[in-house]
This record gives sequence, C-alpha cells and structure tokens, in this order.
Amino acid sequence: MNFDYTEEQTLLDNMVTSFVRDNYDWDTRCNIVKSEEGWKEENWKQFAELGLLGVPFDEAYGGLGGKSADLMIVMEQFGKGLVVEPYLPTVILAGGLISKLGSEKQKNSIIPEIISGNVRCAFAYAEPQSRFDLNDVKTSAVINGDDYVLNGFKSVVFGAGMASHLIISARTDGDQRSESGITLFIVDTKSDGLTLQNYPTIDEYRASEVIIENLKVSKDSILGEVNMAYDAIEEIVDISTIAACSEAVGILQVLKDSTTEYCKNRKQFGQSIAKNQVIQHRLVDMMIEYEQAKSILYMAVTADLSNSDDRRKAVSAAKARIGKAIKFVGESAIQLHGGMGVVDEYMVSHYFKRATMIGVLFGNTDYHMKRYMTLTQSGISSSDEAISVSVT
Amino acid sequence: MDTAFSNEDLKFQSEIRDFIKANYPQELRDSINSKRKLGKELSREDLTAWHKILGKHNGWSAPSWPKQYGGAEFTPTQKYIFEQECAKAECQYIMPFGINMVGPVIYTFGNEEQKAQHLPGILSGEVFWCQGYSEPGSGSDLASLKTSAVKEGDHYIVNGQKTWTTMAQYADWIFCLVRTNPDAEKPQQGISFLLIDMKTPGVTVRPIKLMDGSHEVNETWFDNVKVPVENLIGQENMGWTYAKFLLAHERSGIAGVARSKKAIERIKQIASSEMSYGEPLIQDPAFKAKIAAAELELSALEYTELRTLAKDSAGKGPGPESSLLKIKGTDIQQAVTELAMEAVGYYANPHLGTTLSNEYVGPDYATNLSGTYFNFRKASIYGGSNEIQRNIIAKMVLGL
Repeated sequence: MNFDYTEEQTLLDNMVTSFVRDNYDWDTRCNIVKSEEGWKEENWKQFAELGLLGVPFDEAYGGLGGKSADLMIVMEQFGKGLVVEPYLPTVILAGGLISKLGSEKQKNSIIPEIISGNVRCAFAYAEPQSRFDLNDVKTSAVINGDDYVLNGFKSVVFGAGMASHLIISARTDGDQRSESGITLFIVDTKSDGLTLQNYPTIDEYRASEVIIENLKVSKDSILGEVNMAYDAIEEIVDISTIAACSEAVGILQVLKDSTTEYCKNRKQFGQSIAKNQVIQHRLVDMMIEYEQAKSILYMAVTADLSNSDDRRKAVSAAKARIGKAIKFVGESAIQLHGGMGVVDEYMVSHYFKRATMIGVLFGNTDYHMKRYMTLTQSGISSSDEAISVSVT
Repeated sequence: MDTAFSNEDLKFQSEIRDFIKANYPQELRDSINSKRKLGKELSREDLTAWHKILGKHNGWSAPSWPKQYGGAEFTPTQKYIFEQECAKAECQYIMPFGINMVGPVIYTFGNEEQKAQHLPGILSGEVFWCQGYSEPGSGSDLASLKTSAVKEGDHYIVNGQKTWTTMAQYADWIFCLVRTNPDAEKPQQGISFLLIDMKTPGVTVRPIKLMDGSHEVNETWFDNVKVPVENLIGQENMGWTYAKFLLAHERSGIAGVARSKKAIERIKQIASSEMSYGEPLIQDPAFKAKIAAAELELSALEYTELRTLAKDSAGKGPGPESSLLKIKGTDIQQAVTELAMEAVGYYANPHLGTTLSNEYVGPDYATNLSGTYFNFRKASIYGGSNEIQRNIIAKMVLGL
C-alpha cells in the first residue's frame, strides 16, 4: 500500500506544475479568458510538445498509456492554475470515447492528431430535457441510404467552439430514455446542418448550444456499434468524472491555502483575524474537508475501474463527497475573505466559481448520491443479530 | 499509487482470519453479546480474554510494538488488515491503556528495570492498566492539573484526585501525570509521569455512572500514597513531553474505521427488518440518504487513515494528523450510533438491565441502542475534545 507517485508520475507532476507556474500566472489567465477565443492555441501546442495530450492514449497510437492516477496528476495541477484550455473535453472525454469505441482505422487517423494538437474534439451528449441522464437522448439519427440524417439539440457542450470535431450521441432505436439504441457519430464541426451557439460560462470556460438540423453523416463516422454506445458513454463519463474531481481537489487546495494566508494577514480590531478561534476552527474544518475530498479521490483512482460496478460506486461516492467539500470549502473561502471574497478582481471568487461548476459537471451531489444508493442497496439482507457498537 | 494488497498481504489476511476463527472463544462472544443486550457491565475477564489469547501468539496483542519488546511490529498495511479482520469478526477490542498508551511510553522513555517489570504484563494482558490524566478542574486544559507528588526520601507522596479513569475498577496499575514542581514557570514544566500500583494504601476508586447507566469511568483518589521513586518514568518534570508523545503516538485505530463499517452493516440489517410506511426502513429515502452519507464519510476517512499510515511507514513520525482522525472518526461514530437508535423507532425506549427490570422486550437487535447513542456523546469530548483537536490543528498544521 502506498500513495507515492512513481518516478514517471513525479516527472509528470513537476512538468505540469512548472507549466502552470511559468505560463499561467493570474494576469495571463485573465487575458486568455477575456479573449475572443477563450483559450490560447500556443498553450495547446505546448501541451503537445510536453506530451500531455497523449497521457491517456495507448502507446500503439503514440500515447503514454497513462491511467486515472496520471490524469489525476494533470488535472489537479490544472485546477490549481484554473487552466481553461479544453483538456478534459478533448483528451479525456472525447479521446476516451474514441479509444474505447473507435475502429482501428478511426483510432489510427484521429488519436495521433489529437496527440499532436491538430485535432480537438468535444462530446455533445446533454440535451435540454436530459439533465444528467446519459441515456435520455432525443436527438435522432435516421438511416437514409448509406448515410444517417441527424436532427436534434445538444446543450452546454464544453469546448465545442474550440473543437474541430464533435462526437454526438443520437438515438437510432428505442424510446427517449432507453439505454439501448444510442449511437455515437463523430463529425466535423463545420459540417452543414450543425449550428454552434458559443458562449462563456460563469466560471470563464466556453461552451456551446449545438443545433442539429438535417445533418448528413456517413456510416464511416459511427463510433463503435450502432445502438450500443451507452455502456461506453457511461464508462468514459465516469473516468472523466474522476478527472473533474481531481481538478476540484486542486482548486480546493488553493482555496484552503489562500484563505488561511489571507486570514493570517488580514487585520481587524488591531490583530490578525486568524487569532479568533471562530476563524481558526472554520479554517480547520476547511482543511479537514479538503483532506477528506483528497482521500475519496484516491479511493476512486485506486479502485478497480475495470469492474463496472466497482467503478460506478467509487465514482459516485467520490463525486458526491467532493461535491459536499466544494460547497463547504468554497463558501467558507468567500466568507472568510469578507468583501474581498465577493469581488471579481480577487482570485478567490474565480476558484470558487470553477469549483462550484465542477460540482454540477457530470451530475451534482444529489445525483451521484442517488446513484451510489441505488448501487449499494443490493446485498442487504435482514438479520436479527444485535448491533454491537463497542463501549468505552 | 497502489492500494491493492500484495500476495503477502493477502496471505497475512487469511492467516489472521483463520486464527480468529480457530481461537476466538464462542463463550466469550456469547457472554459479551448477552451482557450487551441486557445492558450489563462487562467483566475484567470479558475485556481481557482475547488480549490474553493474542498475547500468546507472536506478540499480536501489540501490533505496533517493536519485536525487541515482544510486539508484532506489523507494517502499516498489516495493522490495517489486522484491525479490519478483528472488527469484521466482532472481536472484543483490546483495552488501549496498556498496549497503546503506557507501553510505548515505557519502552521509549523508561529504564531497563521498568521495561522488564511492566512490558511482559502489558503484552500478555495479565496486568490491567488505567490512565490518570484528567482531574476535576483539568479537562481539556490538562496542564493545569493539581495532583501533587512530593519527594520524601525514596518515595513520592501523592495527593489529589483523578477523574474519568476508565475501567479503574479493574485496574492493577495507573499511569499518572502529577505535579512535582508547583513553582515552574509554565504549568507544563512541573509535571512528572508516575506509575502507581492501585493496591497501594491511600488509593480509592469511586464509580461514576454515565447517562446510559453504564459504569466505565471512575474517580480515583490519592491520599498520601507512597510511590517508590523507581516508578518515575524518565526525568522529573519532563512528564509533559511523555504525555504528548503518548497522545499522538497511536494513530492506527484512533478513527475506529473498521468498527464503524461493521456498525453501518448492522444498521442496514436492522433497517431491512424495521418497517416504515409499509416498507422496509432501508427503502425510506431520508433514512437511506443518511446511511449513504455516513458511508461516504467513512470511505473518505478510511483513505485519510491509509494515507496517514503510509506516511508513518515512510518514517515520518506521528503528528497532528491524528487530531483530524480523532475529529472525523468520532463524528462518524456518533452519527452511526444515532442512526442505529433511530432505526428501531419506539424500541429506543426500553432501558433493560436495570434493577427495575430484567425482562427482555422488543426485537433482540434493538436492545440498548439508545444507551449506546447516549454513551457515545463522550467520544467528541474525551481524548481532548474535538474543539481542542481543532486548536491543535490550527496551531500545528495551519500555523495560526
């Protein structure tokens, strides 16, 4: 049992840490999020040079063959710097789907291009009515000769505006909420029949509404088998959820540390406000929440993710628990910063906003709590034995 | 990062499992279960029988102790496994006062005679220890303690009162913090660490009844008790250092993760039998959500503990992280005892095992769950209240 990084992981950690330190100071970041594009292509090129875009991909396609722990390292550091480049949507989410479902031909043509930074993908799955249910798909794909014709609407697609390709989930069979009958299509973002309505998010990322009207796609653009995409979507969204949790843990660390520093320096009534026990205990509780969040992330990262039940349970446990930590640490950070907490100018509010939106991403605390409960309820048997909580 | 058990760990796990199966006496299990159900006090034999069995087997009664002192010297992973297996099998847990508290102080700061005199009895479970720290006026502010020890020739003359002495009614020995220098500049500087034989004339133990009616704790009075100077640990007036070492020493198990896990399992079983709105209680959304919340907190705490253990094994000594484990561990213990009580509805009411009634009422599993809930309010108070633990983290970890 150990929680140490391997030598390679330490190198990876150092590399991402220095990227954030050297290329992502606060002013630079502010300029990036204010820019028209909302990201910096030069940073993406640098990710490619550093090999970051290849972390989760199989070595056969030029990747590094990394696992969840490696992605955790990248995302935790990105969280600390509030890096807005679309790493999670492209590399982990869309990249994960291509790795999981793509044909050899598709993988050979797309993955090396993602790794070299030329191709960015986004995954359009959510719809206005679906909320967090991945199986709730109204967007339709109807066969028409050698093609499919897609119609529908996708909501809040992160990174779509920066993407060259979109992966779209569409219904090819079954009713709106059926798990079977969902098919994935990978299409060029510039295709006729696709309209992107791009906008900034409250936490300064970029997302799009995607309107799909008579989008014609060939059968070659299908990822995986027709009607059979659901299991892969669920799995890759789970893996992406761990990545989002990792980003959150990085953010929580910054919130906890910067708030502690702020309270040491901020003087009221002639002394540092950190001299007040009421403040001290709040800071301690923030630390405890951070440690508990980090611990449950480690639980998820080291769980047997190849076993789908273990994976679901671990991911939902982590997302639900970290969601609770986000709320407590985030809100406490703002509260203890006082007036400085609520202004746009100061860093803390930006970390709070990003963490809060991660709380929503891939299902919020209640959503994952319910999923966890559904998963853990089986196996309960009745028994007449007395409970023995020990005394003393 | 790797939390999978190695083959050796798995072998160790089945070794422990087999040992418990073959050696944990059924009579002991029966005796403890029936007393718990009736709210009756456990005997000294109930509390020490398993300890004595483990003490005869490769030092397993002392998982953390070095081999040179007869301990098992388990690795952190082994300790974790050992605890898990003992909790799963619902073994009576080992009283901490000898094994986890005074034992490490004696082998770290004691002299050869003291080691030879005391360690074997602690290890074997033959000698029962209790802790003389708290006093009526000194709870969380431990350093304000007043019990005095005045040197007269070859003896210290001890006068004063200790309180909350857990299981003093069975104890052969008590380790005490006493004031040897009332004029020291800081209160911490005049304290010494003394071992006192409970049979010494002048030692009196009086029971304190807790709100569930149980007798776990006592007042221990010292009236001109003559303690040989050989019973001083380390140096005079250095007791605070040893006391702090003791408080931070045993991190493994402080959170009680394995026991809380088992308790949640039991609550689920109870909630499957209990009905609410015509359905098993376990289906009730509100109750279900509370169980799930406790499970998540416990999963997180389990990994916090594992991370701490892993750090320990990397040679970084015990530190203020134990405060975090104490706060969260006791939070969960309290949540779990509350859920258990809540699960049985009206049958939280009957108070069995008093002189007024020896009759069984209600389902077996319901007996004394409210008593346990009330009893466990102690957990966030003892061992340095959870507020004091927050002060420790604020000072030692956050540097406030």
